[in-house]
Amino acid sequence: MSQPVIFQAQELIKRYGAHTAVDRLSLQVRAGECLGIIGPNGAGKTTTMRMCLGLTQPDAGHIRAFGLALDRELLRAKQRMGVVTQFDSLDPDFTCAENLLVYGRYFGLPRAMIDERIPRLLEFAALQAKAGARPGELSGGMRRRLSLARALVNDPDLLLLDEPTTGLDPQARHLMWERLKRLLQNGKAIVLTTHFMDEAQRLCDRLIVMDHGRLIAEGTPSGLIAEHLEPEVLEVYGEGALSLASSHASMAERVEVSGDTVFFYTADANPLLERLAARRELRVMHRPANLEDLFLKLTGRQIREDA
Amino acid sequence: MSMQPPTSPPTVGLLAPPRLSWRFTAVLWRNFLVWRKLAVPSLIGNIAEPLIILVAFGYGVGSLVGEVNGLPYILFLASGSICMSTMYAASFEGLYSAFSRMHVQKTWDGIMNAPVRLDDIVLAEMLWAALKSVFTAVAIALVLVVLGISRQPTLLLAVPLLGLVGLTFAAIALIFNALAKGYDFFTYYFTLVLTPMTFLSGVYFPLDQMPHALQWVSRLLPLTAAIELVRPLVIGHPPAQWAAPLAQLLITAAVAGWVALVLTRRRFER
Repeated sequence: MSQPVIFQAQELIKRYGAHTAVDRLSLQVRAGECLGIIGPNGAGKTTTMRMCLGLTQPDAGHIRAFGLALDRELLRAKQRMGVVTQFDSLDPDFTCAENLLVYGRYFGLPRAMIDERIPRLLEFAALQAKAGARPGELSGGMRRRLSLARALVNDPDLLLLDEPTTGLDPQARHLMWERLKRLLQNGKAIVLTTHFMDEAQRLCDRLIVMDHGRLIAEGTPSGLIAEHLEPEVLEVYGEGALSLASSHASMAERVEVSGDTVFFYTADANPLLERLAARRELRVMHRPANLEDLFLKLTGRQIREDA
Repeated sequence: MSMQPPTSPPTVGLLAPPRLSWRFTAVLWRNFLVWRKLAVPSLIGNIAEPLIILVAFGYGVGSLVGEVNGLPYILFLASGSICMSTMYAASFEGLYSAFSRMHVQKTWDGIMNAPVRLDDIVLAEMLWAALKSVFTAVAIALVLVVLGISRQPTLLLAVPLLGLVGLTFAAIALIFNALAKGYDFFTYYFTLVLTPMTFLSGVYFPLDQMPHALQWVSRLLPLTAAIELVRPLVIGHPPAQWAAPLAQLLITAAVAGWVALVLTRRRFER
């Protein structure tokens, strides 16, 4: 962790009336790292992102980007940032290439510099064949990649991505991941929010877990799992599964019930597996604990009112 | 509930002086590029209506009326309707088109992710709507020249003034844009504000024929001031009074622009 801190938010608070959307949140991003922000809907992820972009004013706290105070030197700081939002804001009247050109002008880049970058950006987005197509003619995955290419037009040092793969099919999602990894290899720092734990596991060096506007856990994906969870999980469902939750509770460190399924969290699942082997009516899945388990442990299984 | 959190001071931010950068030119250029793709149908649409009014009313009603204030009726009407068309062009752009970009397409949100402030965007939208209304005004002026209704050199002086007229109505339109929930809202503005204004501002008939009370209302309308400045120039002489209507337009544009900015900031405050 010798890379310098390029982005820093301290003790951010944002209230809407009596509701505190973000409550004393601090985070920092080092050059070249990928920081994931995970949390249920309404946890304050998007509000945090908006504050990091100067679009929402925090009620308290400070943000510094590249050594600049965001509230005083917003435009200079944003000159080095790239953003992909959850809902695309591509210009429907322009072709892909024109979208990149026009967006580059918002950064005050000279025309020649943008023109030189456009072919590379289209290639990066795997849209070379679509330079003349309008966003309306593109698939969801293509539009998202065009949004990513647009966010790269200023060659930013820090990318902020709000749910970059939500709504994409697996092929498009994997292509997006591959591109984001390539950006990380090239030294860009990324902050992303996501609801996909496999995405967080794959891409993020570090995670922060938010709930009710607060940071409730922070660490590397594997470190968080080791810290908060037993290493093995047995998921059991089928006829009579629910009664196991009490009858076999002593065979696991922790037992959770969700719907018709019982989750046993344990350091060693073998004794329980042997015990259940004869019960053919049960369906048993044995797997290592993952981020999804961590997420559900930390934020609960209940559906949120505002979700 | 007695647990009120300490109130933040958003109102200070809302009323802060405009924070502008040269990046507004990029937004202006963006709108121009889109317009260029559709320029011809857009201009035809903008000219067709005033042309129809000129032909139908000017020649039709004109043959019945003859002269108004010593002018051929078609010249009287043309000099008023060039202002009216400028007003409508700026208003359409500042309402329907700006609302599409702001609310429907989320173009503004995309721009604000780049180093461009909302204030820059509001200024750019105001200037763009004004500029677009000037395109319309110039097209109509050319029609007047071609039809021989007016070939006065003073017509050239009308163009920058019509730019100010467009700016004034663009600023007013952006107030309603900032308040709008959907397109339906704009129908009220057109039918309850702009259409009555055309009848109270001397586009179709001279004001001195109206009741006194209405004449007072008329004095306050920006379209009246616009016609006071532009009509003489279309006819071929400098306006008898220019300082008062010019000041009225400038003040209206400045105040409306300020209100539009504050209301737009409030709309985007989250």
